[in-house]
Amino acid sequence: MIGGLRKAPLSVLIAAGLAVTIVLVALAAPLVAPTNPLDLASFNLIDAELPPAWVEGGDPRFLLGSDNQGRDMLSAIIYGARVSILIGGGAVLVAASLGVALGLVAGFVGGRLDALIMRIGDVILSFPTILLALMVAGVARAVIPDASGPKLAPFILIGAIATHEWVQYARTVRAATMVEAQKDYVKAVRVIGLPTRRIMFGHILPNVMSPVLVIATINLAAAVLTEATLSFLGVGMPPTYPSLGTLIRIGNEFVFSGIWWIALFPALALVILVLAVNVVGDWVRDRFNPKLRGRKA
Amino acid sequence: MTTPALAIDNLRIVYPREDEEPFVAVDGVSLSIAPGEIHAVVGESGAGKSTVANAIIGLIDKPGFVDRGAISVGGRPLGSEGARLGRDIGVIFQDPMTSLNPLFTIESQLGEAMRFHLGVTGRQARARSLELMRAVGIPEPERRLSAYPHQLSGGQRQRVVIAAALSCDPKLLIADEPTTALDVSIQAQILKLIRDLADQRGLGVLLVTHNMGVVAEIADSVTVMYRGAAVEQGPVGRVLTAPQAAYSQQLLAAVPRISEKLRRFAVLSQEDEQAGAARRRIAADYGAGRRGGQAPLLEVRDLVVEFRSGGLLGPPRVFRAVDQVSFSIAEGEVLGLVGESGCGKTTTANVVAGLVRPTAGEARLAGALVAGKGARRPDEAGRILQMVFQDPYSSLNPRLRVGRMIAEPILHHAVAASREDAAAQTQALLEAVGLSRESAQRYAFAFSGGQRQRISIARALGPRPQLLICDEPTSSLDVSVQAQILNLLKDLKDQTGLAMLFVSHDLAVIRQMCDRVAVMQAGRIVELADADRLFEAPRHDYTRNLSDLIPRVENARARAEGRSTWQT
Amino acid sequence: MLKALTSRLTQAVLVMLVVTACAFLMFRYVGDPVRVLSREDATQEEKAELARALGLDRPVLVQYGGFVARVLRGDLGVSFRNQRPVATLLAERLPATLELVFAATVLALSLGIPLGVLCALKPDSVLARAVQALSLVGVSTPTFVTGIVLILVFSVGLGLLPSFGRGQTVDVFGWPTGLLTASGWRSLVLPSVTLALYQLTLIMRLVRSEMIDALSSDYVRYARARGLPERYINFRLALRNALMPVITVTGLQIGSLIAFAIVTETVFQWPGMGLLFIQAVSFADIPVMAAYLLFVGLLFVAINMLVDVIYALVDPRLRASAR
Repeated sequence: MIGGLRKAPLSVLIAAGLAVTIVLVALAAPLVAPTNPLDLASFNLIDAELPPAWVEGGDPRFLLGSDNQGRDMLSAIIYGARVSILIGGGAVLVAASLGVALGLVAGFVGGRLDALIMRIGDVILSFPTILLALMVAGVARAVIPDASGPKLAPFILIGAIATHEWVQYARTVRAATMVEAQKDYVKAVRVIGLPTRRIMFGHILPNVMSPVLVIATINLAAAVLTEATLSFLGVGMPPTYPSLGTLIRIGNEFVFSGIWWIALFPALALVILVLAVNVVGDWVRDRFNPKLRGRKA
Repeated sequence: MTTPALAIDNLRIVYPREDEEPFVAVDGVSLSIAPGEIHAVVGESGAGKSTVANAIIGLIDKPGFVDRGAISVGGRPLGSEGARLGRDIGVIFQDPMTSLNPLFTIESQLGEAMRFHLGVTGRQARARSLELMRAVGIPEPERRLSAYPHQLSGGQRQRVVIAAALSCDPKLLIADEPTTALDVSIQAQILKLIRDLADQRGLGVLLVTHNMGVVAEIADSVTVMYRGAAVEQGPVGRVLTAPQAAYSQQLLAAVPRISEKLRRFAVLSQEDEQAGAARRRIAADYGAGRRGGQAPLLEVRDLVVEFRSGGLLGPPRVFRAVDQVSFSIAEGEVLGLVGESGCGKTTTANVVAGLVRPTAGEARLAGALVAGKGARRPDEAGRILQMVFQDPYSSLNPRLRVGRMIAEPILHHAVAASREDAAAQTQALLEAVGLSRESAQRYAFAFSGGQRQRISIARALGPRPQLLICDEPTSSLDVSVQAQILNLLKDLKDQTGLAMLFVSHDLAVIRQMCDRVAVMQAGRIVELADADRLFEAPRHDYTRNLSDLIPRVENARARAEGRSTWQT
Repeated sequence: MLKALTSRLTQAVLVMLVVTACAFLMFRYVGDPVRVLSREDATQEEKAELARALGLDRPVLVQYGGFVARVLRGDLGVSFRNQRPVATLLAERLPATLELVFAATVLALSLGIPLGVLCALKPDSVLARAVQALSLVGVSTPTFVTGIVLILVFSVGLGLLPSFGRGQTVDVFGWPTGLLTASGWRSLVLPSVTLALYQLTLIMRLVRSEMIDALSSDYVRYARARGLPERYINFRLALRNALMPVITVTGLQIGSLIAFAIVTETVFQWPGMGLLFIQAVSFADIPVMAAYLLFVGLLFVAINMLVDVIYALVDPRLRASAR
């Protein structure tokens, strides 16, 4: 997949470079960011609501301006992106592992197990991601004390997003597994008498993985968006440990007073990150599976 | 001299390629078809025969283009002023299942070309549609007009496609593999229909096909294509009985004939000395491990396989795919299972291979119960029985190296003492089937269809089986490659004494390969006899019918002498 | 057909069972209504009294049975937060959400289908390329960001359009509509555009890919081979095939539009059910959350069934087997 990038159009190369850069910068936040926005001692109310450096009244110390508490927006965005990417990536990882395992079993073993897994999936897919995630996050907050705190919130968000997304992997893998299981190379190893587990994991799994990688790429963008939406609605990351969505939520309160940068820059960062991943994801999808084109659930 | 229905002069079609010389798909092809004449263009895949047809209908796949040459239909060049597609040229494609739009009625699809090209009213179009449907032999045309494509059988759909092609009374009919997707009996009807339409309507027909039998039965003249060039042209009787070009001679030698069994096909072998030596070493293993005794190697008794569907509402529908089938295979014997698609031959083979559970009956392999009530397939069954499949593309795992694919069964059944031993055996097996040792390091995509079948055979030979199930092993291959693979299987059988269950829909291939033959129809064996007896004096009506309907390349001689051969 | 319909019905019942069970569990165990409803300094006795008044001391199954029975009667309980019947609250908010979703769907379909067809027919034209690129930006931009940007530009910056509420409404047979007043229309513009943009890109991309599939199919090749006019092939033959999946997807999209309306309504303070729901989530107003879940579940099931029926009427392959 990486090797194929050599033949990619320029826009995809730029997007891939951008996505990798954003992810690297975000993950290395403590090394890269000018200040630590999580450290209450590092900022001062005197610096509050300063516009970006190039606007009249801006301060060169705050390239993208500061928020209502005097935090540097650039640092807040870099730290926020780290939170968003970790939660999005975590959700994809959880959803993909669960979905692949269940899909493989459902597709190869079939019967009642298959019916059970797929019916659960059907019910889940009856609801849009965002609604289900809201429900899960909302219920979790009501049941678990401190669920909205910075320690538990990321895991609840990962769980809330993955609850919906695994179905997509499971369905794809199940369908691919059923196709592969009918192919003659699988029949050949069955005739030889290889054990079921070895056929499933040694022979079928490698052949159903490419659509999974395609879905995972596109899903990463979707998961980051869902997390941002939840945080924006106030059921995601708390303001003490903000993701990009939380930052936009905070900024939204200042939009009407003309202080646009607190909302707009995190929003821009979010859109650029998601767009970059989507451009790459789209190209990967068209290249590796033309039939998947446009069939986004 | 009358105006030809189609005249092609010095056609050249080129596909530009990145970083490479352009690919010349068709080079300097000329041909002419008189009204009422059926002209066949034959050749193997990649010969450029379909590209010629696509050039006439203006559907060359991008980025290909017509580099030079002239095409005229009924004396007029192609184009909006001259000969027009749909009005002067009718087209039928290979697959009738996908040629018709599923969302529109037959009436709409039959009438639309007439409305655009002839400007007729809906009522006139309807009347003419009915007439056409009668002409192509569709029963109850009034009722069928309002039907949708999915409500018609495959043969009927192809008739509708032909009717639509004829709707504006064209001078030329282009038929690209028109019967390849159809069963033998329907193929015979459609071919006869095309022949009759050509005779009655003075229609020129360009018939693109890979099937020499079809050519021999209905074509008047033929162009043999090889790598984009027309290597030979002439009347069917002459070209098929006394080919001049070396390629035509090779091609015809590779066509299996139903009338006589050859020891080997007289085609150039791609194998060298090493292949023979490697095969002899493998055969030596067989000499040591031979089973004694008179009992049959495989015995199948009263086998029944039923598939159930539905059942939530109303009674479940039961489809009996295999019905009371019994046969046996002796050591070293090749038994053929032949029949049309859906007759249950592959299901029977799958039961023996342990891929499908029988509803009733049993199968015993080397004395052990391997299918049926209470059967617990012994591990040894996974060694002495191996299988070669039809589709060379799906039968090899695309993610594994060829070497690992071949070594896996050897190691699983402990035929090799160690990994090194297994690797050595893998290389020997690859040589035995005519491939290089280095092939073990590569993945399946690096090989052609014929080479993949060789890999499949090597994989099957690994555990030194005694029974090889071959399920249509050459149906997806070009005829010359088929001849090579059949030669390889014949050699292996002769040298190792391997028994085979050979499943095929192709009577001619069965004739070349089998000692005894079982003919299946609708799940039952209707006739089981020695191959020579069965082909020379078939007893059952169905067998006789099947062997009569098969287009035979041998009939070209009769055509050359001016006799009609078609027997429907 | 009958079989497909039964399996659909079974699935619908299954979904509704799961949804009512979830709603009940939420209602009963999650919210701890006593804590929410009582004063900070309430005594144990006062709390127990309240629990009895709410019926929380009866056996679980009885409570569930009572819950289902009440739901079937249309009694969805009383909101913890403002002590009004939930059914009334939902009924008040429903028209606002439906009008918003309806406007957005009309917008998305009327722009999405032509644009998708254009991108499929002329993939190399400047317009198609621009639309393609913009559509990627579209799917990458979350609804709330679109909303904030629109507010920044058209309300804060240009002062052209209102940024919150739904303006003046007029009662038509008890349905308060904003579609009959100028201020209602002006208020509808930004929220409906925001909501439509995301759906628009999805529909456009779907139509494009379906159209490309249809154009490369054998029957279109065959139609070309009969010399039929290009216009007829594109707009009558191929388009019909391409639009079949759009029926399903649009149906399902209406479902997710209602979910996305939560976000849009939050951004624009649109007084619909989504806003009600989000407020309920932050106040742990469980009866409202549960009722919303029930309502959305029912709506989805209904839409799914409707889509299946329409599909069966339109697709001859299904229609025929129904006979």
